[in-house]
Amino acid sequence: MTTDTATTAGLPPRFYDLEEHDHPEGSSTMLGFWIYLMSDCLIFAILFACFAVLGGNYAAGPSPRDVFELPLVALNTAMLLFSSITYGFSMLAMRAGRPGLTRVWLAVTAAFGLAFLTIELHEFTHMISIGATPQRSAFLSAFFTLVGTHGLHVTFGVIWIVTMIVQVGRHGLIAANQRRLMCLSLFWHFLDIIWIGVFTFVYLMGMLR
Amino acid sequence: MNEGAHHAPDAPHGSLREYLIGFFLSVVLTAIPFWLVMARPLAPGPTAVLIVAFAVVQIIVHMVYFLHMNARSEGGWTMIALIFTLIVVAIALAGSMWVMHHLDTNMMPMPHEVSRQP
Amino acid sequence: MTTPSDVSPILGKLTLAALPLDQPILVVTFIVVAILGAMLLGAITWFRQWGYLWREWLTSVDHKKIGIMYLILGTIMLLRGFADAIMMRLQQAMAFNGSEGYLPPHHYDQIFTAHGVIMIFFVGMPFVTGFMNYVVPLQIGARDVAFPFLNNFSFWMTVGGVILVMMSLFVGEFAKTGWLAYPPLSGLTYSPDVGVDYWIWALQIAGVGTTLSGINLLVTIIKMRAPGMSLMKMPIFTWTALCTNVLIVATFPVLTAVLALQGLDRYLGMNFFTSDLGGNAMMYVNLIWIWGHPEVYILILPLFGVFSEVTSTFSGKRLFGYTSMVYATVVITILSYLVWLHHFFTMGSGASVNSFFGITTMVISIPTGAKLFNWLFTMYRGRIRFELPMMWTIAFMLTFVVGGMTGVLLAVPPADFVLHNSLFLVAHFHNVIIGGVLFGSFAAINFWFPKAFGFRLDPFWGKVSFWCWVPGFWLAFMPLYILGLMGITRRMRVFDDPSLQIFFVIAGFGVAVIACGIAAMLIQFGVSILRRDRLRDTTGDPWAGRTLEWSTSSPPPEYNFAFTPVAHDLDAWYDMKQRGHERPAAGFRTIQMPRNTGAGIVLAAFSTICGFALIWHIWWLAAGSFLAVLVTAIAHTFDYDRTFRIPAETIADTEAQRARALAAAE
Repeated sequence: MTTDTATTAGLPPRFYDLEEHDHPEGSSTMLGFWIYLMSDCLIFAILFACFAVLGGNYAAGPSPRDVFELPLVALNTAMLLFSSITYGFSMLAMRAGRPGLTRVWLAVTAAFGLAFLTIELHEFTHMISIGATPQRSAFLSAFFTLVGTHGLHVTFGVIWIVTMIVQVGRHGLIAANQRRLMCLSLFWHFLDIIWIGVFTFVYLMGMLR
Repeated sequence: MNEGAHHAPDAPHGSLREYLIGFFLSVVLTAIPFWLVMARPLAPGPTAVLIVAFAVVQIIVHMVYFLHMNARSEGGWTMIALIFTLIVVAIALAGSMWVMHHLDTNMMPMPHEVSRQP
Repeated sequence: MTTPSDVSPILGKLTLAALPLDQPILVVTFIVVAILGAMLLGAITWFRQWGYLWREWLTSVDHKKIGIMYLILGTIMLLRGFADAIMMRLQQAMAFNGSEGYLPPHHYDQIFTAHGVIMIFFVGMPFVTGFMNYVVPLQIGARDVAFPFLNNFSFWMTVGGVILVMMSLFVGEFAKTGWLAYPPLSGLTYSPDVGVDYWIWALQIAGVGTTLSGINLLVTIIKMRAPGMSLMKMPIFTWTALCTNVLIVATFPVLTAVLALQGLDRYLGMNFFTSDLGGNAMMYVNLIWIWGHPEVYILILPLFGVFSEVTSTFSGKRLFGYTSMVYATVVITILSYLVWLHHFFTMGSGASVNSFFGITTMVISIPTGAKLFNWLFTMYRGRIRFELPMMWTIAFMLTFVVGGMTGVLLAVPPADFVLHNSLFLVAHFHNVIIGGVLFGSFAAINFWFPKAFGFRLDPFWGKVSFWCWVPGFWLAFMPLYILGLMGITRRMRVFDDPSLQIFFVIAGFGVAVIACGIAAMLIQFGVSILRRDRLRDTTGDPWAGRTLEWSTSSPPPEYNFAFTPVAHDLDAWYDMKQRGHERPAAGFRTIQMPRNTGAGIVLAAFSTICGFALIWHIWWLAAGSFLAVLVTAIAHTFDYDRTFRIPAETIADTEAQRARALAAAE
């Protein structure tokens, strides 16, 4: 883009690129997707801000100590961490040009994602069953919304992984599919980073309050 | 368009080694804060500081080993976008907390604040 | 008023009572809209234009066509928003001496809410996005935006928001809360009806479109500039567009989040912003202004770019202080994140917080002032041509300075305690938004119209419009400054003090003059189309332009540039003309272009239906249409073949035609 095209002395300046070739399709996709992730990051920032401001308003209802179960959270964190490394393996398989192996590791990743969601749903239903509903207090509203939004992202991530398993199966590891897998990789690892914020600031800090 | 070509889109990517290092570091950096809170070897103050520090380090680990962030990809634009976002996030988070904290301090205590029952 | 027990499983809260059959104003409006709409649809059917519309426009991924559609959308909504303005002015001019005026409270409240929402989201934003869409790829020598399909989708999402707002006129009602719908007023307790839900979903759907178009244009500017066009050789309009899209990407998610939280309060009974169970309404005010303040810079920055291009073109000079202009824009971009609290100094955060935000606000006036001096110095010793774009620019400079100075006044927290929520504030932001955004849009329309359509706009009717708009604006808003200083608050429906009436009558008269200006503008469009042969621009460069968009034909071919231009200078096209460039006449290659797709309009249609269903609590339809969005989106990703090639012969033909037109013009 920023090549120096200053004219050398004597030669007439070149005003048109006569030798132009097609730009490779999708060359902007990675940057575009990264910027999308940055905007998504802001949505989470607002939810974190809400939790930071409203997270102490229990309205005489349950507090974090009453409702959080750290072993469950630790298990959930493990699920996400495993899914991260398995997604990494699928990217390595993609680099090695092995579509079958890529799909296997994608499936494993989706399974870990589903395990995470199942555990989270179990946690939510348990909390609701003991009266710690999202309506109960501003703290619980902020909690369910922040953690739930992350869960929703994981859900869409799983749907995307399934779509990619099908698409890689159909078309193999063509450039378009590789690009999509790399975007999905960014998305999946980004969710991991959000989760670090969630378990630190919501669960662990909550237990310290 | 290079239909069907197996050329990889030009983007940074990691090796098996990098993924394993990242995974190992993440496990350690997750386990310690959980242990700190569950076993409580320290007072709440230092514990809070430590777990936040571990979170920051772990986020950086993820960025480097899983997201393969560096200052060169896309001509540095990904890094610029990240830094700008972090600034905006910091402003929004810190600003909201600062503004709302001062507001709370200046508010008259409400009678129901202590013992509001559903 | 519906309670949960009235909600039918089939139609949700929607009943015949939702139709405002008891309100003659709305019934008459509905009949007129219905007749006009039927005539339009009938005409399209009669002339068999549906196929053409669908193939060439509705499904188009061409950034030029999408830009034009944004501008048409903005113009239509300007008429709607202005109709609301006339109704408010009439009501306030009448409601004295015991008269209640002609608008009942629930209707008046909807009108001032709708006016604000429409003017910001569905006039200002489409105008700005439309200009950026049309001009940016041309200015940077690109053939389209980075993600052409996304561009089409973004546009239709904006239309989806518009459809919901317009629908609220005749089905149910709109919010009665003011344009930012502060809780607790907008909470379920005080606004149990569908008005606020219309507001939430219209903005949520349009907001998704805006965010995506922001990402799109941002990547376009970063990745698709012509060779040689380094950042500091980018045209200033593209620079302001870059900063605007940074702001969009980094603030609209905040709006999305806040609307979602407010929605959770209303739909699931959560307690973020309620007055109950630990909720905090002030948090809403805080969050929405984190979006809201950068939003006003999203609106004004691109127009600063327009004024820069216009001033430099019509003064026949390079822009004075290009570098300082760029830095001023970047500084404004960053500072705009640090001032949001000045919208609620009176909330009670105390002296330290208020002083910080007061000072940051005042600091913003420095880069803005620098820009103004740059424009003045560009004009200084220039050979100024007083064509319409330049006239609007000068009107902007005179008007905006006053608006800016009243803004600095409001930035002083103690002064703000007096003026908060007064008509002074109303006058201030109209002063900067009309004087900046609208005047800028009119300058831009007159400036780039010949590029888009191949003929200029008629200058006579343009001048009539100008001379109605500008004095009309001053007549309409100066009385509000005076009233505000006297302590009159905004959004009032009736007044007790008869001595105030004269000011409202003058303001009403001003709005009538503006109405003449709008009428003249519509006549200008009509007359220009009729006289298009006389106003024809065959050169592609009617104003002796300086940037690359003027190097193409008017209108530009589908592919914009047969050969990508190489930029050597900030004013790349001026430089090419000066150094006697030669248009290549042979050696054309095939060009790969994105293929049109109907996926965008289908996705947006399902999203709009989903929004409608959520507003009326029609859960089966909401779930079904959401599923349809998901399935359509996934199905679209199975389409890998998204481009086509324009053969070299077609390009050679088009370019030869252009060469003949150029030769004939000389």
